[in-house]
Amino acid sequence: MNVNAGVRVQSDSFDMGAVLNAFAAAMSARNAGAVVSFSGLTRDIATGDLDAMEIEHYPGMTEKALAKIRDEAIERFNLSDAMILHRYGRMGPGEPIMMVATAARHRADAFQGAEFLMDYLKSRAPFWKKEITATGAVWVAARDEDEDALSRW
Amino acid sequence: MKRDLRYFAWLRERIGTGHESIETDAATVADLIEELRRRDEAYAFAFSDTASIRAALDQDLVDLDAPLSDAREVAFFPPMTGG
Repeated sequence: MNVNAGVRVQSDSFDMGAVLNAFAAAMSARNAGAVVSFSGLTRDIATGDLDAMEIEHYPGMTEKALAKIRDEAIERFNLSDAMILHRYGRMGPGEPIMMVATAARHRADAFQGAEFLMDYLKSRAPFWKKEITATGAVWVAARDEDEDALSRW
Repeated sequence: MKRDLRYFAWLRERIGTGHESIETDAATVADLIEELRRRDEAYAFAFSDTASIRAALDQDLVDLDAPLSDAREVAFFPPMTGG
């Protein structure tokens, strides 16, 4: 799997099961013993009446930042491979927003690699979420905990 | 030197554009922010709290005290909220 296959930024929705199955099949051929994945879904954050979520990103920088985060995860946790898929644009409640998957010989590396990817993705990849509700549109504020989470790595 | 400026999320909305080209002598990202702040109220409002501003030079995240050096594209945005 090359960098382009390992990082996907798209507006279209995706089938989590199909993406994970394809990743796991490729990893099984490479003798990985563990595959870990995480998927994020749109949900209410502020008011509880989410109509839609809009995600803005910085084309060019997004792909570059994600490729860098992925390369670092592969290196640090000795991963067989890792993938990051993140959507942008408008999506409804309950839709998949993003997904990461890692593969390694051992599960601890696969789990840690996935957590590392998520922590860096949260506050180092140029995405911004906006919640659309009946009462208006609000940019989701970054949380200090997300920034603090980076210090453990 | 001529620089391409990019703005995202609420910074873009407050400034009223996502992209502009300017001629500037600013030496660092912070100097450029100061220069923009002096332009008008929209910029002053957008850049009022530098703790809420992140910057990238040629699409790499940098600290606000980073020198602009020969970067063509300077981007400003709020803290990221991916995932």
